This record gives sequence, structure tokens and C-alpha cells, in this order.
Amino acid sequence: MKQNEQEIQVLKEDINQMWKMVISQLEKVKHSFLNNDLNLASEVIQTENKVNAFELRVDDDCENYIALYSPVAIDLRLVLSIMKISVTLERIGDYAKGIARHVKEENCASFNTMVIEQLEIERMFDALLSMMTDSFVAFTNESSQHTGKILSKDKEVNEIYHQSIRQLTDYVKVHPEEAHCILMMTILLRNMERIGDHCKNIVEEIVFYLEAKVLKHEGKTE
Amino acid sequence: MENTIIKTVNYSSFFGTHQVVKNVNMEISKNTVTAIMGPSGCGKTTFLRGINRMHELLPDARSEGEILLNGEDVMKTHPILVRQKVGMVFQRPNPFPNLSIAENVVAGYQLNGIKLSKSEKEQLVEESLTNVALWKEVKDVLSKKGTFLSGGQQQRLCIARAIAMKPSVLLFDEPTSALDPISTASVEELFMKLKQDYSLVIVTHNMQQAARVSDKTAFFMMGELVEFSDTKKMFLNPEKEETQNYITGRFS
Repeated sequence: MKQNEQEIQVLKEDINQMWKMVISQLEKVKHSFLNNDLNLASEVIQTENKVNAFELRVDDDCENYIALYSPVAIDLRLVLSIMKISVTLERIGDYAKGIARHVKEENCASFNTMVIEQLEIERMFDALLSMMTDSFVAFTNESSQHTGKILSKDKEVNEIYHQSIRQLTDYVKVHPEEAHCILMMTILLRNMERIGDHCKNIVEEIVFYLEAKVLKHEGKTE
Repeated sequence: MENTIIKTVNYSSFFGTHQVVKNVNMEISKNTVTAIMGPSGCGKTTFLRGINRMHELLPDARSEGEILLNGEDVMKTHPILVRQKVGMVFQRPNPFPNLSIAENVVAGYQLNGIKLSKSEKEQLVEESLTNVALWKEVKDVLSKKGTFLSGGQQQRLCIARAIAMKPSVLLFDEPTSALDPISTASVEELFMKLKQDYSLVIVTHNMQQAARVSDKTAFFMMGELVEFSDTKKMFLNPEKEETQNYITGRFS
């Protein structure tokens, strides 16, 4: 293997490890929320530093690679995509930490348990995890075949989010004493909806890397 | 096409029975910079030398097909006339060592037996040296030998010598490979200026240079034109796998 290819391999391994770590964070935060597992929530909060450290490492590796190898064509697209994906993964890590903090908000534990099913939070978590793992597989297999399916999951997440917000709006009118927990829940749902948006950004980067197509803001620009 | 300055039709070059350039069909537009790249021995320099009929000067060399310059077949035009319309600058700066800076600029006229008055010469020297951004640096030492200048200045002097003949096309064969980065930058900057008045074709091994200075890039391999497209497309998303393998260093 040539030196250039070895360096690319290192970049891919770095981003793959970071990706797996963020997927694990999301799985843990799902479990901690659904089961009110405070220890697991604490673990997510503590591990977030490692995700941040990974982002710095990926940045550093990408900068060195660009400076030393002046990549072009698919190599250039790969390194640009990796830089953006690592920033996006770091954000997703931040949102996972935000959800973990919400779990530790003990005053809202019983409220959370009560609305989990009604608001379809588990389905929302599953859709997000599916987006994360499917995009990871697409990247590692260098296949953009199923990216459309991943993007449709974001629509599902958005639908659940809007439906949940409507329900909470109605609920707060009847139970104003729960306003604090309802507000916290809307923040949590917003975080989850944002994770979906970030997964969509990752898919766009994968398509750019593999096909040199720009999906970003498609249909929104003049 | 109206905007085409050079068009090759099934152009091939040979050394004896060995075919070095194979049936190249290519259209080069006016006032553009076209880079030609490819591995050593791919035929890019031979192709370049075919455009102004320099190829046929080598022993056992011949060509087939057509090269049209503004619609006229260069193979049916007198080589001297072709070379007046298509100037060439080589890898190593090659000012005439026994001529002064000013004499170097108008050497093409002297060699072709074209007489110029003193004022015409002076005007041509100033105009040509100004166009290559060398006038200010050498206007007080015009009588010194061309070899007195630095490598980068010598190369710009050679470009001035080429443009003094008022060509429409300038060919460059790895024009900066013997220059340091600062001289390279000044020559590259000059390309941007020159393309306003001329059409430039540059053979280069330096891919970053091709990416920086050219509008279109041609990739040659084993005598064949593999890909010819906009430079931005070539370096971001090349059409052919061979091109991608070459520019990403996977070519073996």
C-alpha cells in the first residue's frame, strides 16, 4: 500500500471510531432515558469529552493530510467530507449529552415515564439510531445505494417531533403545574430532531464523497 | 466552432514505426489556458511539438491526421509561418547567450530575415518586456547579455521573445520545472495575463500548477487522450478511472 493510501486508511479509521463512539452514546442515552438509568446518563456526560478529543484528532489528521498530500478528486472529496462529518458527529455527541442531562433532572422522572409512550420517543430514538448506523455502513462500504432510505427516516423523526409538540401544547393547558417538565421535554425533543438533521447532513457528505453530487440545500436555492 | 483556435483531427505522431501519439481529437478554445498532463512517455510533449511542427525536426519523426490553426491545416502551411503564429517556450530558459537582452527579444525577426527600424525594435522590446512584467527590472540593462538575468527572469525573457513575433498561440513545455517557487509564481501569474491576448497550451508534470493556472486539462496516457475537460471537474470528479488513479497517485 502506498503512503498516500495508508494515510487515507488512518483518516477512515479515525472517523469510523468516532462514529462508533457517537452511536454508542446515542444507544446509551436512549437506554438511560427509557429506563431512567441515572448512572448510564452520567456515563454519557463523561464520555462526551472523548468525542470532542476525537474531533480534534480528526481535524489534525485532515490538516496534515491536505498540507502534505494536496489531495484531488476522490481523495479531496473524502477528506472534505470527513472534516464535516467529524464536526457533525461532535454536535450529535453534544445533543446526546443534553438528553443525558435531562435524564438526570430528577424532578421530571415520573412525568417522563408517563409521556414516553404517548410521544413515541422510543420510535424517535430508533429512527435516529437507524440513520446513524445506516449512514456508517454506507460510508464504510462506500455505497450510496440506501441513502434515500436514510433521508426518509429524517422525515419520520420530524413528524414525530411536530406531533409531540402539539400534544405537549395541549397538555400544558390542562396541567400548567407540569410546565417545567413540559418545557424540558420540548427541549429534549428539539435536541432529537436536531440529531436527525445532522444525520441528514452526514448523508449529504457521503453522497458528495462518493458521487461528487451536492445535495445540500437542494431545491432551496434559486 | 468560432471560439476554437486549435482543432486536431485524428492526429498521430510517430518515431519510425513507433506510434507515440494516437488519433487525438481535441479542440482548444481561444484565450484559454490548456494544461496537458500525463505520466512520462505518454506523448504529451510530442503532441505539443506537433502543434507548431517541431516534431518533424527530429530524426525519423512523422505525423498523420490534421491540426487546424484557425481552420487552416498546419501540415499544409510552411513551418516557419506556423512557428510565427505558434510560439514555444521550453523547460529550461534558453536565451541566446551571445545576444543582449534587447537583441534576444527581437531575435525571431533577425532569424527570419525581417528587417525592423531602430524605433520599431525599441518599441517591440519595451512592449514585449512590459507584457511579461520584465521591463521595469531590465530597462536599464538592456545591452547586457540575456544570460545575465536570473532563471525566472530568463524564462520571462524567452516568453517575451516568443510574444514579440505576435503569435496567436503560445506553447509551453514544462516552463517552470527548472525554476524556484518564487519565479514559478511570477510565471504562473504571467499566464493569467497572457491568456487575455493569446491561447496557451502548457505541458506540465506539476498537477497543482495545472489546477492553478488552466481552464481546461487534458490527460494523456500511452499516447492516447484519455480525458479532456474543465480543470475544476478534472480535479474534483474526473470522468475516467485512469485519470483518477493518476491524479490521486494510484497510477502504477
